[in-house]
Amino acid sequence: MHRTNRRLLAWDRPRQQAALYWLILLLPLPLAIYALGLGRYAIPPQDVVRALYDYLVTSREAAFEPDVVYNVVTRIRLPRIAAALLIGGNLAVTGTAFQGIFRNPLVDSNILGVTSGAGFGAALMLLLTGNPLHVQVAAFGFGLLAVLTAYTISRLYASAPLLVLTLVGILVGSFFGSLTSLLKYIADPLDTLPAITYWLLGSLADVTRGDVPLLAVLSLAGMLFLWAVRWRLNVLSLGDSEALALGLNPTRLKLLIIVFSTLMTAVAVSVSGVIGWVGLVIPHAARTLVGPDHRRLIPATIMLGASFLLAIDTLARTLWSSEPPLGVFTGIVGVPLLLVILRVNKTGWR
Amino acid sequence: MLQAENLHYGYQPGQPVLRGVSLDMAANSIVYLLGHNGSGKTTLLEVLSGVRQPQQGSVRLNGADLFRLPAAQRARRVGLVPQTHAPVFAYTVHDVVMMGRTPHLRLLATPDRHDRVIVDEALALVGLEDFRHRPYTELSGGEQQLVLIARGIAQQTDVLLLDEPTAHLDPRNQQMVLETVAQLAAVRVAFVISSHNPTSALLYADQVVVLKAGQVLASGTPGEVLTEEMLSRSYDMPVEVLYNERQVARAVVPRRVNGSDSKANGTGFSA
Repeated sequence: MHRTNRRLLAWDRPRQQAALYWLILLLPLPLAIYALGLGRYAIPPQDVVRALYDYLVTSREAAFEPDVVYNVVTRIRLPRIAAALLIGGNLAVTGTAFQGIFRNPLVDSNILGVTSGAGFGAALMLLLTGNPLHVQVAAFGFGLLAVLTAYTISRLYASAPLLVLTLVGILVGSFFGSLTSLLKYIADPLDTLPAITYWLLGSLADVTRGDVPLLAVLSLAGMLFLWAVRWRLNVLSLGDSEALALGLNPTRLKLLIIVFSTLMTAVAVSVSGVIGWVGLVIPHAARTLVGPDHRRLIPATIMLGASFLLAIDTLARTLWSSEPPLGVFTGIVGVPLLLVILRVNKTGWR
Repeated sequence: MLQAENLHYGYQPGQPVLRGVSLDMAANSIVYLLGHNGSGKTTLLEVLSGVRQPQQGSVRLNGADLFRLPAAQRARRVGLVPQTHAPVFAYTVHDVVMMGRTPHLRLLATPDRHDRVIVDEALALVGLEDFRHRPYTELSGGEQQLVLIARGIAQQTDVLLLDEPTAHLDPRNQQMVLETVAQLAAVRVAFVISSHNPTSALLYADQVVVLKAGQVLASGTPGEVLTEEMLSRSYDMPVEVLYNERQVARAVVPRRVNGSDSKANGTGFSA
């Protein structure tokens, strides 16, 4: 029983375990309220709450009242913070779903090439037009195109479809990666190249109110779907033949999960650019804290991912006047975090 | 009840694993599947479970074609307990057994209190009540096997296919599992058990099927099939059947190839 201490967090005390689970689920709310108050114009939490209340319940926008607090909270900071929460939740939960269906704790939703495709689409438009809307649409479209290509090619091989799909996904991903490098090579080093590089490292600095609705709809629909199949994800993670023996149709269900996850990742990347590590680190962290059962893991990863990206983005936004890209930050914070998690608790997977 | 007819299956073209296997089992019976390594036992179980579609032949359960049933309906009638199982994530014993309830869940539902009662009963049947919160990945091979058997029981099927269920178990747990099987068979479930242990077939089987190189070498009651001649042919080695004082077959044991007798010759010293 000498190992018990190491697993305190994981399974041994159901009541603490439940408390921790609910703490994780509620974590984004206080974080968001705190973050909405942070910035060059500091706002105390109670004023943030009042502004949010007005915005959500009484809908003051029609009242035409020139209220600085209200405007800063709802017009300037809320879109960015909502995007951080949604994108963080997206990347984390799709990472969890992919780790489950691919039975591999070392993959995230980029394994089928969605991020690489999106990166290429964005780079292409930054090079051709520079119009932010074009960049977003192209990122989304090429992200989907990459996965669709991988899927179509893998259908040509009848045996072991998922294995082939993974392999082809990696290949398509590196193909688009090379195309992106080519675009960077021919891009103007003073103007376009920095824009491409910056986009590829991810940022929420340019999020506008118009970005939020599509992001919210696709993200929430995807999260709802993954939550709905939470029990089936447990069964799928046993492998195809056991899932079949237990009455699931693994091929169809995995395809659905891939479709939803790809849409979620593509829309996230199209808004924020490429943000690495969240989809890999957060599922591990969540598994350490609440265990591998997807009934708890799915909600926990959504909320933990949302909290993580919000915290990182708030740091990036408030610590420096020139914002460092998020992709850099998530790696710098994410790698040590993952190392600590693996040291503290080894039982989440294996 | 479960009827398989003329099953053919091969993983690679030109390398058949099953070559025209037929099987007819009665309700509430225990069928033992014997045969050398690679004789096709596991493949046959997978075909009978509906997980693996045969290239030729049919499997019928109470007249219904198994491969035409929707997956969940099929899994409510036939269950497969695999011999090995390598989970990536450290689910608790309780969760692993609960996965047996999956075919009974409505679309998008998760297990409820009723399912938990069934899981607790299944765990009690294999003596694992105290293991429910342990991570499955930290159990010994034998304990993992018991968990999978509990999962099969929790699935509450009409037919349960067990792939070498006692391979990793100590004698006491072997007996416990097989007695549980016998109890369940008496009430509601029919079992097909693949095994390398003809002696337990003598004790528990209603019907014995011997496979050799993908074909049925023999099929019938234990008394008809478990003979020295048949088993020696099946395993390509000399086998001896031991009888008790009432001339009832009690054990199947190997013989030395050179014909020599047991080394325990009564004195503890070789003569």
